Amino acid sequence: MRHGRRAIVFLGLVLLLAAVPPAAALLGQPFYVDLLRRVMIFAIAAVSLDLILGYGGMVSFGHAAYLGVGAYAVTILAVYGVHNGVLQWAAAVGASMLLAAAIGAVSIRTSGIYFIMITLAFTQMLYYLGISLDVYGGDNGMRLPMRSQFGGLIDLGNGTEFYYLVLGLLVLVVLFVRRLVDSRFGMVIRAAKSNEPRTRAIGFSPYPYRLAAFVISGGICGLAGALLINHTAYLTPDLMHWTRSGDILFMVVLGGMASTVGPVLGALVLLVLENALSNWTEHWQIILGPFLVLVVLFARRGLGGLLWREERDG
Amino acid sequence: MNLQLVLEQLLNGGQLGVTLFLMAAGLTLIFGIMNLVNLAHGSFYMVGAYLAVTFYRWTGSLVLGVLLALPATLLAGAVVEVIALRTLYERDHLDQVLATFGLILFFNELTAIIWGRVGLFTNLPGWLSGSVDFGATFSYPLYRLVIIVVGIGVAGALWYMVTRTRLGMLVRAGASNRTMVAALGVNIRLLYTLVFGIGAALAGLAGAMAAPIYAVQPGMGDPVLIQAFVVIAIGGIGSIRGALAGALIVGMVDTLGRAFLKPALATLISAPAAQSAGPALASMLVYLLMAVVLVLRPEGLFPARGR
Repeated sequence: MRHGRRAIVFLGLVLLLAAVPPAAALLGQPFYVDLLRRVMIFAIAAVSLDLILGYGGMVSFGHAAYLGVGAYAVTILAVYGVHNGVLQWAAAVGASMLLAAAIGAVSIRTSGIYFIMITLAFTQMLYYLGISLDVYGGDNGMRLPMRSQFGGLIDLGNGTEFYYLVLGLLVLVVLFVRRLVDSRFGMVIRAAKSNEPRTRAIGFSPYPYRLAAFVISGGICGLAGALLINHTAYLTPDLMHWTRSGDILFMVVLGGMASTVGPVLGALVLLVLENALSNWTEHWQIILGPFLVLVVLFARRGLGGLLWREERDG
Repeated sequence: MNLQLVLEQLLNGGQLGVTLFLMAAGLTLIFGIMNLVNLAHGSFYMVGAYLAVTFYRWTGSLVLGVLLALPATLLAGAVVEVIALRTLYERDHLDQVLATFGLILFFNELTAIIWGRVGLFTNLPGWLSGSVDFGATFSYPLYRLVIIVVGIGVAGALWYMVTRTRLGMLVRAGASNRTMVAALGVNIRLLYTLVFGIGAALAGLAGAMAAPIYAVQPGMGDPVLIQAFVVIAIGGIGSIRGALAGALIVGMVDTLGRAFLKPALATLISAPAAQSAGPALASMLVYLLMAVVLVLRPEGLFPARGR
């Protein structure tokens, strides 16, 4: 990483996250391991959204769909007795990529408000599909029969081992997205965002590049879904509820778009804040809602804008 | 499958279509003129329903309840526009989506605080709760017919307002060139607030009319909002004609799909398979329709002119 301050923030964040399980054990507060594992899983989802939103300018209001499809893929395999984690997670990523290819193929032909509404509508469709799938719990949801198995290598039932696995995956995802964005492929994505006619003029048709980014983003988010279902061990269509797409979108904007590290920060702040507020009052959303409005109105570059200088894109 | 059932479902589809039109008309007006994506539009549906129930209980008259809810929702819309949304017109769609998403959280929680999380149920007054007989074998609930008639009336009034009145002229002018309208001495900010209020009142009317036949609860506007999005994506954003066509198409396809897809599938595949695939497919039908329309016509069926 050649971006100085951003890399330092990321390194600090990773060290901090790595120190959570021993610190929680010392304080006798295992709950925090759980909370931060959830934070990191959503951070992976938010980083995947940032790839298309921050760098590609595609405002997907439907990223919960891939979270849900990843979770459903793992659970459905588990119901039929396939507990091999590698297989399950590969299926989760593969299914999400297929779905993203289908949704992307239709929605990327449009832009602006159409794109937002279409991604939202397709996610709502999958939400209703989940509700009507009575075999897999329907509206009420169902327990995951058994967590993904990795042949004794890692035991996801062990909170700490699972925690470090998620941390490791988060680091890999952040580095991967960073590499991707800096590559030639990423240059085209960013160029198409900042000036589409000029990108066309130098000989790139944005559509296949955008679609590829959309599919990669969906795949990463599907991985987050596979992690999330192992985290909660309970499958419900609520994973695909449209407010969850809004949450993920907010994480990206809160942390700072097009910064790869920002979304991690955004996920951390939003989920910790949610947790603190909901401990304090049952009606925490009445505070969170206006907070969101204020962030949009007055802190446009997100938390990242306070921590590192804006860099020129491209 | 008999004729009565088909007729009944067609009328149900019309009722859903009318509701969706009231929602979509406001959304599309607000987008067409102010270039604002308003996710909180579903909140006005909910606010309209709650206010209608509350006024209904105070006054003992449903008609009075609905009539009082209308100006109240209009006022609520105008206040929200002045306080929170006015600054968003110049922002990009992402900011608008997030800020109005925040407003939804706020409104859903506010109604939960004021009226509780448990749904409110009200009964229709006696004179509205009967059925209308069509011939000897077919009858249809009177209140649902009233909803359809009111909806058609509002659609007509809206058409008259937009095409034949001075306000409508300003609205159309504002949609095609806001700077020019402002330069000609029209108070464009006031116009925006008014249009936003009217849009909110239309959504409020849909909610208020739905209040006696559905559960009134926090978040009730959100699924309707997303369906209204499908409507204007199909019809073409910014066009009221498109909103009307889209609303009727979506209302019919959704209602008829839920009613007849399962029996239709049962003739093709085994009954148990149809039993599980029917409802799943029916709930996806309007979204698949949207996908097809957008593949063929990315701008929708009736794209607004001059945009």
